[in-house]
Amino acid sequence: MKLGAPVFAVALLLVPLIPSPYYVNVTSQILIAAVFASSLNLLVGYAGLTSLGHAAYLGVAAYAVAWLTTLGGLGHLAAALVALAVTTATAACFGVLALRGTGLAFLMITLALGQILWGVAYRWVSLTGGDNGITGLTRPRPFGFDLTSPGAFYYFTLAIAAPTVAAIALYVSSPLGAAVQGMRDQPRRMSALGHNVWMVRWLTFVFAGTGAGVAGILFVYYNQFIGPQTLNLTNSAEVLLMVISGGAGTVLGPIIGAATVVILKNVVSAYITRWVMLLGAVFVLIVVFMPDGLGPGLHRLWHTRSRSAS
Amino acid sequence: MAHALEISELRKSFGGLPAINGVSLAVAEGERRLLLGPNGAGKTTLFNLITGELRPDGGAIRVFGRDVARGRPDRCAHLGVGRTYQIITLFPRSTLAQNVVLALLGVSPRRWDPLTALSAHPSLWERARAVLDRVGLAASADKPVMETAYGEQRRLEIAMALAQAPRLLLLDEPFAGLSREERRDMQAVLGAIPREVTVLMIEHDMDVALSFAERITVLHYGQVIVEGTRGEIVANPRVREIYLGE
Amino acid sequence: MSFWLVLTVNSVTFGGLLFLLSAGFSLIFGLMRIPNLTHGSLFMLGAYVGATFVVGLLGFQLNFWLAAILAALTVAAAGALAERLLLRQLPGDQLAQVLVTLGLAFIIADGCIWIWGGDPMPLPVPAALGGAVRAFGFVFPFYRLVVVAIALLVALALWLGLERTRVGAMIRAGVDDMEMAAGMGLPVSRLFTTVFCLGAALAGMGGVLGGPILSVYPGLDTDMLPLALVVVILGGIGSLLGAFAGSFIIGFVYTFGQTLLPDLAYVILFLPMVLVLVLRPRGLFGTRAA
Repeated sequence: MKLGAPVFAVALLLVPLIPSPYYVNVTSQILIAAVFASSLNLLVGYAGLTSLGHAAYLGVAAYAVAWLTTLGGLGHLAAALVALAVTTATAACFGVLALRGTGLAFLMITLALGQILWGVAYRWVSLTGGDNGITGLTRPRPFGFDLTSPGAFYYFTLAIAAPTVAAIALYVSSPLGAAVQGMRDQPRRMSALGHNVWMVRWLTFVFAGTGAGVAGILFVYYNQFIGPQTLNLTNSAEVLLMVISGGAGTVLGPIIGAATVVILKNVVSAYITRWVMLLGAVFVLIVVFMPDGLGPGLHRLWHTRSRSAS
Repeated sequence: MAHALEISELRKSFGGLPAINGVSLAVAEGERRLLLGPNGAGKTTLFNLITGELRPDGGAIRVFGRDVARGRPDRCAHLGVGRTYQIITLFPRSTLAQNVVLALLGVSPRRWDPLTALSAHPSLWERARAVLDRVGLAASADKPVMETAYGEQRRLEIAMALAQAPRLLLLDEPFAGLSREERRDMQAVLGAIPREVTVLMIEHDMDVALSFAERITVLHYGQVIVEGTRGEIVANPRVREIYLGE
Repeated sequence: MSFWLVLTVNSVTFGGLLFLLSAGFSLIFGLMRIPNLTHGSLFMLGAYVGATFVVGLLGFQLNFWLAAILAALTVAAAGALAERLLLRQLPGDQLAQVLVTLGLAFIIADGCIWIWGGDPMPLPVPAALGGAVRAFGFVFPFYRLVVVAIALLVALALWLGLERTRVGAMIRAGVDDMEMAAGMGLPVSRLFTTVFCLGAALAGMGGVLGGPILSVYPGLDTDMLPLALVVVILGGIGSLLGAFAGSFIIGFVYTFGQTLLPDLAYVILFLPMVLVLVLRPRGLFGTRAA
């Protein structure tokens, strides 16, 4: 595993050398999905709170950037910062509502909140463009670099995605991260030990929302378009699938899950038009037969192999 | 001298059943008090009311002069109250050291830190190991809890409470389910609790408990039946009736 | 004046359809402790199947009522398969069961597009029930009145079933206190299958009856499921009366909201649910919070 990390890092840096721009783009998509899934994993894997409305935060950030750069007349950096602030504020408010429950109640409240935002995106046509969404976005030009080529945009995405995922990993390994995991397992005990269970969960919720917001900013610059379907239940389910298929509660899990789902989606849609059906079937199979996900499974496999080799 | 714990006219019912029916007691600072009573007398419920895990229906609870009757458990911990549980509620997949660190964090402002790795706080880990050493668990510090013996887990419970340097320690049946040898280890641990710490202990094991406690409060059906020194309690006819007559 | 009357009639009709959708959802939630996220797609499946029977399958065209009944049975069978083959694999793990119902919802919904295509399917009002009725000086579309009447009949039948039959008593016992009921020998797994199938059948039938009004299109499932969720949370989980009251309240909120405040229609719909969750988690008539 020690050798794996630098090799992996070098591989990431060399991706734009792949001759086909299609694969470079797919890898950019994977990076964006990895940020999105890692942020959800804070809730699902580490806080033990399953959310079915996480697409809302990616959507809020994406719409904010889209609106601010097209109609709001803001520059790209300013728009991104405002968008993150708006997303964080949304997560802060929604977190108060969602944390009125845990378990299934939390699931339903997050589902409802996600649907409300989808409904706003869909119906408030004067603000969001309704079904047509917002188009005509330009990509930023950080330090004058042109990001229209897949390779350039890939490096931009990597430069933002990597620190974000690292920040999430740091959170998880920090005292606050240890506290939220303790609360996942024994909330009563943690409270008796002096931890403020609600506050720690709320902070984690807000941080998860902000992380999804970063993914949303990358997403909207990648697609140069945003529409209401990005906030729908299918997308919240898709990112949840990334987390549980890769292995919730591990840092690598959501990244593996993101890669798996994005690749599957891209490969499959070349052959089958019914991606959603496959998504559902994979969901069911993973939940019923592989509840730990692929990440821990591969981890076990790696360790048994290295043990038998020595 | 101030009271560490003052309870007056405490009441708590579940459904229509009164679990605590007008309990009043006061424990002085530094005292070692034993809470005796048959099963169902309300002893653990009393602990849950003190720490704020349950809300009372009536009455008052003061810890070091502060009203905690309607408080949250985490605020009670910050007032210096530590407690152990009858049923072990540890973190089974974490190591003993990790369990103690969680306890240490509970009363430290570092618990809000999202920016540094927990492993980069050497002082926390040193203190955790020191606490484990005091209860004789230093050798198992890096073993996951689920791989340790029941007796060790019970001692870990105490370690986590002691790690927070509590001023009032609530022990819920620390000797439950222990073998003869494990009982001796536990007695050593209890004996090593700093003298200034006020201890309120629930226990069934009469010999061990009686040797530990200075004063004893006997509960029955949610009410205080009698309170006094060891000698007074043992001689009391009602106590004998409850414990030997039943 | 007639504008408000039309809105009112539509609200009551929609409330009736919502009841057919939500009654089963509420019972499943109350007994099995899971929000059945497949429910919207079962409604849609029933609509598609019913429309197919009405339009004609292999040259056979069916009478509307027969189509509705067959559609309900088909959806009930699908529900039985789902419950026995999948949900049963995860006893006690409610979160996993909910995720399975979500996956199934996607499979069914996309399956419908696969089989029937992406265009809406026409399901016309049956000729015998077309036309209008004159009463109190106003004109009411006859079909909508029929839908309301059926919803009321179903509500009555369900209520009698729950109150007067043995199975009903068992269901009520399970909803109230599953541990106690199971401890007393309640045939839990048979009851789960029964309630799940009943809920599915009601949803399927609702889909067919709603076809002429809501039409049959991809996306019907994601339009209806959140409504069922709101109705049940508002009315109270496991409560038939709650599903009844909640359905008509939401029927009014939705219909009036859509027409008067189209921009915020969705927000208006969900706000009551969020408020209920925050202020009175057990809903209007429920005994237990979510």
